Amino acid sequence: MSERETMEYDVIVVGAGPAGLSFAIRLKQLKPEITVCVIEKASTIGAQILSGAVIEPQPLDALLPGWRDNPPPICVPAGEDEFWLLSKEGGRKLPVPPGMRNHGNFIVSLGALCAWLAPQAEALGVDVFPGFAAADTIFNQDGSVAGVSIGDMGVAKDGSHKTGYTQGIDIKAKVTVLAEGARGSLTKQLIKRFELDKGKDPQGYSIGIKELWQLPAGRGTSGKIVHSFGWPADSHTYGGSFIYHLDGDRVALGYVSGLDYSDPDYKPWEAFQQWKNHPSLKPLLDGGEILSAGARAIVTGGYQSLPNVEMPGALLIGDTAGLLNVPKVKGTHQAIKSGMLAAEHLVANDLKSAGFNAKLRASDVMAELKKVRNIKPAFKKGLWFGLMNAAWETVLNGASPWTLKNKADWSSLHKLGAQEEPKRDYVQRTLAPRDRLAGVYFAATEHDEDQPIHLHVSDTSICVTQCAEEYGNPCTRFCPASVYEIVDDAAGKRLQINAANCVHCKTCDIKDPYQIINWVTPEGGSGPNYQNM
Amino acid sequence: MKILVGYKRVVDYNVRIQVKSDGSGVVTDGVKLSANPFDDIALEEALRLREKGVAEEVIVVGIGPADLTAHLRNGLAMGANRAIHVVTTDAVQPLTAARVFLKLIEKEQPGLFIVGKQAIDDDANQTGQMLAALWDRPQATFAGKIDVSIESGATGKVTVTREVDAGLEVIEAELPAVITTDLRLNEPRFIKLPDIMKAKSKPIDSIEFASLGVEAHDHLKTTHYAAPAKRSKGVMVKDAAELVAVLKQKGLL
Repeated sequence: MSERETMEYDVIVVGAGPAGLSFAIRLKQLKPEITVCVIEKASTIGAQILSGAVIEPQPLDALLPGWRDNPPPICVPAGEDEFWLLSKEGGRKLPVPPGMRNHGNFIVSLGALCAWLAPQAEALGVDVFPGFAAADTIFNQDGSVAGVSIGDMGVAKDGSHKTGYTQGIDIKAKVTVLAEGARGSLTKQLIKRFELDKGKDPQGYSIGIKELWQLPAGRGTSGKIVHSFGWPADSHTYGGSFIYHLDGDRVALGYVSGLDYSDPDYKPWEAFQQWKNHPSLKPLLDGGEILSAGARAIVTGGYQSLPNVEMPGALLIGDTAGLLNVPKVKGTHQAIKSGMLAAEHLVANDLKSAGFNAKLRASDVMAELKKVRNIKPAFKKGLWFGLMNAAWETVLNGASPWTLKNKADWSSLHKLGAQEEPKRDYVQRTLAPRDRLAGVYFAATEHDEDQPIHLHVSDTSICVTQCAEEYGNPCTRFCPASVYEIVDDAAGKRLQINAANCVHCKTCDIKDPYQIINWVTPEGGSGPNYQNM
Repeated sequence: MKILVGYKRVVDYNVRIQVKSDGSGVVTDGVKLSANPFDDIALEEALRLREKGVAEEVIVVGIGPADLTAHLRNGLAMGANRAIHVVTTDAVQPLTAARVFLKLIEKEQPGLFIVGKQAIDDDANQTGQMLAALWDRPQATFAGKIDVSIESGATGKVTVTREVDAGLEVIEAELPAVITTDLRLNEPRFIKLPDIMKAKSKPIDSIEFASLGVEAHDHLKTTHYAAPAKRSKGVMVKDAAELVAVLKQKGLL
């Protein structure tokens, strides 16, 4: 193999989300002569961003004063908040918890917001490269992070080179900033290599599944924000929903399932579809159409799971570090703040990562996480305990002298038949999409079929033997895009990976009970092409 | 020899097209735009001809608003030597585009004008043909294979294998000529990161549409846009006999 071409920057950022772009913008504002590039695996900026999203605007005010005069394309001031406990047939409106009061916040499309941030970064001299996936991290002789390798293009499924084969390049930098979002694939390797999670609780995640709907004219209530919990989740599964009314009779709706669920038969995608058919929601959607749909893992471990965010030559910001605030159901403000903080740290310290961990932990980013650290873990003990504990923690403002522990999501599955699982009182669904494949269509996901499978399963023999027996192949259920299938044909029973359907949510990498699935980046530009998600 | 390549920006082929609720067009706000795939093939072919030594310079030309430069930069990153941007915020119909291209041809004197056989937005399949007629030069449409032999400068011959309904047709044309490209001509290359950086310093000539003196009235009138009718629900039939009966009843047999 020929020597890989190399480009050099002072700083490379992996991931053009709110954290990465805010970081790059802040860095250039502080010291324009620093060279910085942002690489992004999506074919265009924002195409693989999926979030609610209601955001707190204060960090944007700090980053880009005057942004309100030139707002992102979807930016609706938050109106009334509602908070519901749903039962199958109805529900009860509850007082809105303090963390969920959104007065002064904005409903945005985070994808559109990133597509709006990118040109502002470019105007400051940041090189933004969509369509290039960071396949690997490269290291200096002393073991510190030296930058990243961009994946090769034009590799066939069997690894041979197709006619258009183009070797990826290496990008070297004095410091590498990982801003990959929840469960970043390079971050995962680095956490292991540098033992960044040593002494910390395992990280926790949820899966959020979202659709953007166009309602018939006049049906939307621009600015209205509705959150719910309860049905269709049983009291031991952490599940909740959001409905955000944008402008032009568009609504963003989604359902979040904690990936610490224990029932191996649980189907997060089905739970989402069930919830859509609830009598409080179905009349809103009936007659409307889906504009875009997708799914993404959400990082929920919070304070006690936050890894060390620095290592020699690199640091972690935003959701790949794990800064989302669960009770607020918001992470964007934390992502922007951590990005700005990282930029300020690097400029003040001659681009050295050392000291950033302490700086972040001393900041209000961490103070915010500390306050709410005991809320999510308590739901493991059931819905009612979780709610009472949440009320207690809220009243005390997080001053409880204890910190509840997080356990790894993959370890929480019961074995089949090990205990009685909740009976799911599901309804006959009528709203689109009929099944996961019909849903994936709205993600506009695209992978060249003739490329190596980007979901590495290190031992597929487990699938049809041990896993089939112990858990009944939960990958065929937790994946929101029907990537995993057990087929039984002439070659016998085996796992089939429909990698081209993948929407890059990372749930399989997190929830697989044997931890043998490794999500790696496919060819650059592959994956979902979300619109306004 | 110079090659001019028509390089149009369209709604990306992965995007699910939505018709605006008032039927006045399709939604393009927040929608991914990229090069017309047939034009990418045209550009790739031009680059290959340059690499073979047939051409010295490849110029991408685009007509559109100010932000079209980002799209033209992609063409430059793929390998074009320079770009010409005809600036207008109006929608451009095929005849107008052909007239603009003719003006650029008069200025640049290329040996070949290569463009996609159609753009995937309006699927008109007209610009190349109209340009050849206006220019009064040969045209070879739906090219699946191109061989150029140069005598001197921009004179020479081009042999084009065309993909037609009946199969393949091989034709020969005198240069300069217009070629429109079909899907199987080639597979466009991947853009390399360092080439994106190089493209930043390549020249883009900006020309105001009005300064070209091209007549731009609308030759075509769009009455309205509508999504295809939704498929109605099917009926289940018991057996073949019932199926035949139903088809007969509908007058289909």
